[in-house]
Amino acid sequence: MAIDFLYPEYEVARNQSRCIVCRVCERQCANEVHAYDAELNCLKSDDSKCVNCHRCVSLCPTRALKIVKSDHTFKHNANWPQYAIEEIYRQAGSGGVLLASMGNPKDYPNYWDKMLLNASQVTNPSIDPLREPMETRVCLGPKNHRIERDSQGRLINNMPRNLVLSTPIMFSAMSFGSLSYNAHASMARAASELGIFYNTGEGGLHEDFYQYGANTIVQVASGRFGVHRDYLAAGAAIEIKMGQGAKPGIGGHLPGTKNVGDVSRTRMVPEGSDAISPAPHHDIYSIEDLRQLVYSLKEASNNTKPVIVKIAAVNNVAAIASGIARSGADIISLDGFRGGTGAAPTRIRDNVGIPIELALAAVDQRLRDEGIRDNVSILAAGSIHSSADVIKAIALGADAVYIATAALMAMGCHLCRTCQLGRCNWGIATQVPELSKRLNPDIASKRLVNLITAWTHEIKEMMGGMGINSIEALRGNRLMLRGVGLNEKELSILGIMHAGE
Amino acid sequence: MKRIYVKEDWCLGCHLCEYNCAYANSGNPDMVKALKDVAIRPRIRIEEAGGISFAVSCRHCEEPLCVRNCITGSLRIVDGVITVDQEKCVGCFTCVLSCPYGAVMPTAAGVVQKCELCLRNAAGSPACVTGCPNGAIVYEEKEARECAM
Repeated sequence: MAIDFLYPEYEVARNQSRCIVCRVCERQCANEVHAYDAELNCLKSDDSKCVNCHRCVSLCPTRALKIVKSDHTFKHNANWPQYAIEEIYRQAGSGGVLLASMGNPKDYPNYWDKMLLNASQVTNPSIDPLREPMETRVCLGPKNHRIERDSQGRLINNMPRNLVLSTPIMFSAMSFGSLSYNAHASMARAASELGIFYNTGEGGLHEDFYQYGANTIVQVASGRFGVHRDYLAAGAAIEIKMGQGAKPGIGGHLPGTKNVGDVSRTRMVPEGSDAISPAPHHDIYSIEDLRQLVYSLKEASNNTKPVIVKIAAVNNVAAIASGIARSGADIISLDGFRGGTGAAPTRIRDNVGIPIELALAAVDQRLRDEGIRDNVSILAAGSIHSSADVIKAIALGADAVYIATAALMAMGCHLCRTCQLGRCNWGIATQVPELSKRLNPDIASKRLVNLITAWTHEIKEMMGGMGINSIEALRGNRLMLRGVGLNEKELSILGIMHAGE
Repeated sequence: MKRIYVKEDWCLGCHLCEYNCAYANSGNPDMVKALKDVAIRPRIRIEEAGGISFAVSCRHCEEPLCVRNCITGSLRIVDGVITVDQEKCVGCFTCVLSCPYGAVMPTAAGVVQKCELCLRNAAGSPACVTGCPNGAIVYEEKEARECAM
């Protein structure tokens, strides 16, 4: 209907003088944007179907394609931007909730970029990581306060069971179902090679990946998909997902079209039926209830696995984290409001939750003030863009970070934000066999290893510059940070001084 | 000897190998000039049916039927690579008929062409392999295989 018409947001710009009509664009577009016109012997495109994933652009052998933002415009209006107008039209047509995926794309402040790092000059030496050993290894879990010695005065190793990471970065929870088999295979292989961990997300663990268990964190979410004895025993740690940064307060919904074959078997949910994880855990309405689940999981795994509790960063996050630290959890994972998702209501994704930087600083400070910081480790997540963000997160008080969007991008994701359609042209967020085979784990795992290796090099460089040779010495070391363009309140929550102070 | 091997699990059926092959063997440094408005005759072909696809090119058999059956000696094994001397070829196409893989094909000029691993063109190493977006065609050393006979 004319009243529903929306001009395409992006246009496929084809340079016909460079196009050799190889038709790779047509073959590779799952959205059927490109079509061959035999009469004219040329390719045409339907811009309205384009999601701007760059698959055709990347594979075009003669660089004949690019995607441009349409210059079609509504009458300029500073109060009603284009997206707001179009969303009204969409909802007036459908009567439905708007769906979106990946992280919050709105222009909220990014506090990582408003913090700067220190470096040594004259009075304290910097360290050259190419000449001197730098320690990036971190141990996640409770630490013992007391040094114990035997009768001979030798140190007794009284360290509780910890997760040991070669570098303070892990792949965050993304379920098998939301992601393809090959995406999971790539993360599992990369985590094993790197000596870090990847997280199964809430969709269970495919039987083929039990072999990577020593580098796997298994998740228990409100839907309890794929949770059974062997699953809990398979991983190195168990994560209870209470919330997710992209959609705090709501559950998950894997459409029946994605719940097929191995996904259905792994989730233990009948094939073709929607896999819906409820908003709350129906057995958790208090910290005491959470404590019961934490200890149930510890007992189920014979007290051999650290238990992580993951929450979205929301109001009063410090008080909630304090409760979690007292619930018996070994590690708290904080997921900021920019964290990604395979599908979420747009309004929730774009408007719920708080920035991870503020949440992290508040939680670390609260746990320190209460003297319980050593009882737990803290993980920060929610749009870590680079090694600099990792360093800043650690200086703010994190033990390590989780990355997911960055990991997806290493595997080919171009952030087109249409995961919810299940037709990912890069073979990542899809269960369509012809599409998922586009992700070759030999290539993708190598790229993940490259990314983490590169970041680790950069982390060592930045640590060296600060005169720090062990990542442990950076944790919570907020003196290494200075704010720029932040007001007094922001500085006080972050617990840092302004640049120049 | 290094040969081209195909991993059909990763073949997307995008046909880029065919275009990279035609380009590499065109002698033209500009891909657009080489292939624009040209019906390509690549030395590698994608076979596809029922959701499965893979690239087929010369296997460089150790005891090749094409070489054995060549009546002019234009097909020869040089350092393990089966090469064709198009000057000597008379276009009888016995090799075309005898290759079990369909990897020898006629050119527009009426002689035959086949994959020579890009060792005699400007690419220097197989263009289908370097251009494959998903690692579905590899160029590597493996143990000797059985011949085609």
